[in-house]
Amino acid sequence: MNRYPLWKNLLILSIIVLGAIYALPNLYGEYPALQISTVRSAQLDAALEDQVRAALKEAQLEPLALERDARGLLVRLTDTEAQLKANDAVAAALGSDYVVALNLAPATPAWLQALGAKPMYLGLDLRGGVHFLMEVDMEAVVRMAEERFVSDLRSALREKKIRYKTLAREAGRGILVTLRDAASQSEVEDLLNEEFRDLTFAPKNDSEGSAVRLNLKEDYIRETRKLALQQNLTTLRNRVNELGVAEPIIQQHGLDRLIVQLPGVQDTARAKEILGATATLEFRMQDEEHDAQEAVGGKTPPGAKLYRTREGEAVLLKRQVMLTGEYIIDASAGLDSVENRPAVDITLDGKGARIFSRATRDNVGRPMGIVFIETKIDKQKKGNETIKVKKTVEEVINIATIREQLSKRFQITGLDSTEEARNLALLLRAGALAAPISIIEERTVGPSLGQDNITMGYNASVIGFALVLVFTAVYYGVFGLVADLALALNLVLLLALMSLLQATLTLPGIAGIVLTVGMAIDANVLIFERIREELRNGTTPQAAINAGYEKAFATIADSNLTTLIATVVLFAFGTGPVKGFAVTLSLGIVTSMFTAIAGTRAVINLLYGGRRLARLAV
Amino acid sequence: MDLFKKTPKIDFMSKRYLAFVLSGLVFAVSIASFFVRGLNLGIDFTGGTLIEVEYNKAVDLAEVRGALARGGFEDAIVQHVGTSKGVMVRIPPREGLNSADLSNRVLEALKTAGTSVEIRQVDFVGPQVGQELVEDGGLALVFALIGILFYVAFRFELRLAVAAVIATLHDLIITAGLVSLLGLQFDLTMLAAILTVAGYSVNDTIVVFDRIRENFRKLRKEGAVEVLNRSVNETLSRTLVTGPTTLFVLFALYYLGGGVIDDFALALILGIVIGTFSSIYVASPVALVLGVSRADLLPVKKEGAELGGRP
Repeated sequence: MNRYPLWKNLLILSIIVLGAIYALPNLYGEYPALQISTVRSAQLDAALEDQVRAALKEAQLEPLALERDARGLLVRLTDTEAQLKANDAVAAALGSDYVVALNLAPATPAWLQALGAKPMYLGLDLRGGVHFLMEVDMEAVVRMAEERFVSDLRSALREKKIRYKTLAREAGRGILVTLRDAASQSEVEDLLNEEFRDLTFAPKNDSEGSAVRLNLKEDYIRETRKLALQQNLTTLRNRVNELGVAEPIIQQHGLDRLIVQLPGVQDTARAKEILGATATLEFRMQDEEHDAQEAVGGKTPPGAKLYRTREGEAVLLKRQVMLTGEYIIDASAGLDSVENRPAVDITLDGKGARIFSRATRDNVGRPMGIVFIETKIDKQKKGNETIKVKKTVEEVINIATIREQLSKRFQITGLDSTEEARNLALLLRAGALAAPISIIEERTVGPSLGQDNITMGYNASVIGFALVLVFTAVYYGVFGLVADLALALNLVLLLALMSLLQATLTLPGIAGIVLTVGMAIDANVLIFERIREELRNGTTPQAAINAGYEKAFATIADSNLTTLIATVVLFAFGTGPVKGFAVTLSLGIVTSMFTAIAGTRAVINLLYGGRRLARLAV
Repeated sequence: MDLFKKTPKIDFMSKRYLAFVLSGLVFAVSIASFFVRGLNLGIDFTGGTLIEVEYNKAVDLAEVRGALARGGFEDAIVQHVGTSKGVMVRIPPREGLNSADLSNRVLEALKTAGTSVEIRQVDFVGPQVGQELVEDGGLALVFALIGILFYVAFRFELRLAVAAVIATLHDLIITAGLVSLLGLQFDLTMLAAILTVAGYSVNDTIVVFDRIRENFRKLRKEGAVEVLNRSVNETLSRTLVTGPTTLFVLFALYYLGGGVIDDFALALILGIVIGTFSSIYVASPVALVLGVSRADLLPVKKEGAELGGRP
């Protein structure tokens, strides 16, 4: 009696071994580090390493190690204070061609990494950083779309020579065209049917005269909103890259919100400035009459301005701006229809189309440059202090020959790769008029608080755990020690599961783990009390063990499942830290059921199973 | 070691009216506290800005208040956290002022009160977000209770389910009442604590109910009062071991867990003490008052077989 078949023991053993392996990376912890990557084509080579070493030496810092791989250069440092100093020193030394980001590099050994074992992901409250919840002003998005239609419609009506009295957005939503007579009503409707498929319309006739009321189609509104969100998402991604953050999270949240999480960022003012900075585009004709090289030498001809491409080539463009980015509605990467080569499709709004059509009419066959203008904050070293300098970066992102008179929709072709097309489209979108966005929630945790939280959480866990271990051992003797073993195992499995799922560990999450310890012991208390009860009723020890486990099982299952219901609801409705708490608690309930029932039973069976027993140490 | 050499024979059920009166009193105090003192809602629910900073030397709160007032924040609530270097500032939500600018401006103002300031924490919650968090929190509570009600009704019986939910509500309201009475801050973490109390309390109640079901099936002659008494007594040793064990852990969290966690741990400590009381003195007596009887819990289909077939 009370023996587990071999396969059951082996199964439990293999779960334990797997758990131990995947929990292991958490023991190695993480190093504070700097992640250095290139913005454009700057080299990641040995010279860079020397440069970084020199900068660190000057700041009197000794790095633990420098590791170079395809993604960039990783500088491991001793502590967070050194990390912050090193960040300032290296960023100032390398300038704007490189992005220097604070990072926590896992110290997981290679053999564990090969198995896919990673440490748990620490929440922002533990590692420090910024969390933003941003909301796109969708009302403004729809309003802007309507305004575009008003302007498009105006030119279309003029073109078709349809006479109207007024044409404007109405208060709230919709557009109203008032007409001189009922006859033009059908003309307007014909025009709408032909050219404005995205609008619904209804004639309106009353004492004030004839009119047509227009509304955006629901599909179109939905598409426009989606586009606005996407645009903001890509713009934010772009900017966060500039900010230099390792492992940022930028994701959609609901229909009109975005979450931005920047681990390790302390200067929230700077983060907000950069996230909120606007980029613009300018289309200018290339100055072909003068030599760009001469301008590099210092002789810029009048009426022209010297620019550089992303690759650093000098380009001379005319001073006169043909069009700015705010007229761009959309830009997307695609293929050109003739040669099937990578291209970017650009859509302008009505006003932009008019301006652009006029500007390109006389320039067919000539090259045009697109300039991307962005305001950046840079760190510079001035004497002993590092100061922040605002600077405007202007770059030519593309030079294209105008093939014909361009208007609402046109294509930039002749791109070398789909990659290039994608990047160009991304930049064009970033420079287009963005939907207004605002921060509606911000949570910043400084690095020192994060560290304190880890220390306090750790201490509380260790002491709480120790108290439970001692109490259980004293109260239940040998059985108590077995329960203690199961409890330790539960902790290992819980850590392994959280690491495998890459669940986020937060401070309330640590509380959840600690609470799991308290609740995990409950299953064993139920079993052991049952065994004692059976023994009191005169059952033999072996039968008492068996009956104890069997009778307690239903109780444990029922009580744990009800708790699980509560935690699942918490997870579904909770945000941030509450979610972290719910995750650890629910995973803990699952692992504790395994260790407290199957785990202890296996050990008890090994200790007592199949033997003649006079009494039990329970 | 063993607290009970024999299964105790305490007549809990005869004292049920005394227990009801006691519970009713505490309950009334809790409700009164909601109205008189209210809940000290954190910025998670009210919206607003909370900034915690640490100066490099001790600062005078009056000085910080003055600096903030000069910066246009006369309505800021300022207090020390941890040491006399740490300062926490709470600013109510403001109409029209851009959220992002607000915390920057507060920081600028704080910098004028001392030489060097280190940001420990900045929380800004927009009013619309606060409103949503209130709704989500309320929904979480309601759905958790409904889920529990259904599960217990399915596994046991409706009367016991109702008794379990009443006991849980009892614990929730009294815990929240004590949180209000003690003036602890009610934020998202506190809501999580309250929901955990619900989970724990139900857990405790289910253990007793499980025994009630078993005893009704086993003891054919005894009346409801005897069966309930016996069930509570038989599970008493477990109730009195698990409660304190969890409390050990919570006391460790309370004393060592730091800022965010200690209010959370305190609420859980209160909740678990109340939950332990209610699983003895509220859940079962309420089931008795609701008229639970053997007929309701006799094995209908194959429920009895389920017990035997598991490891």
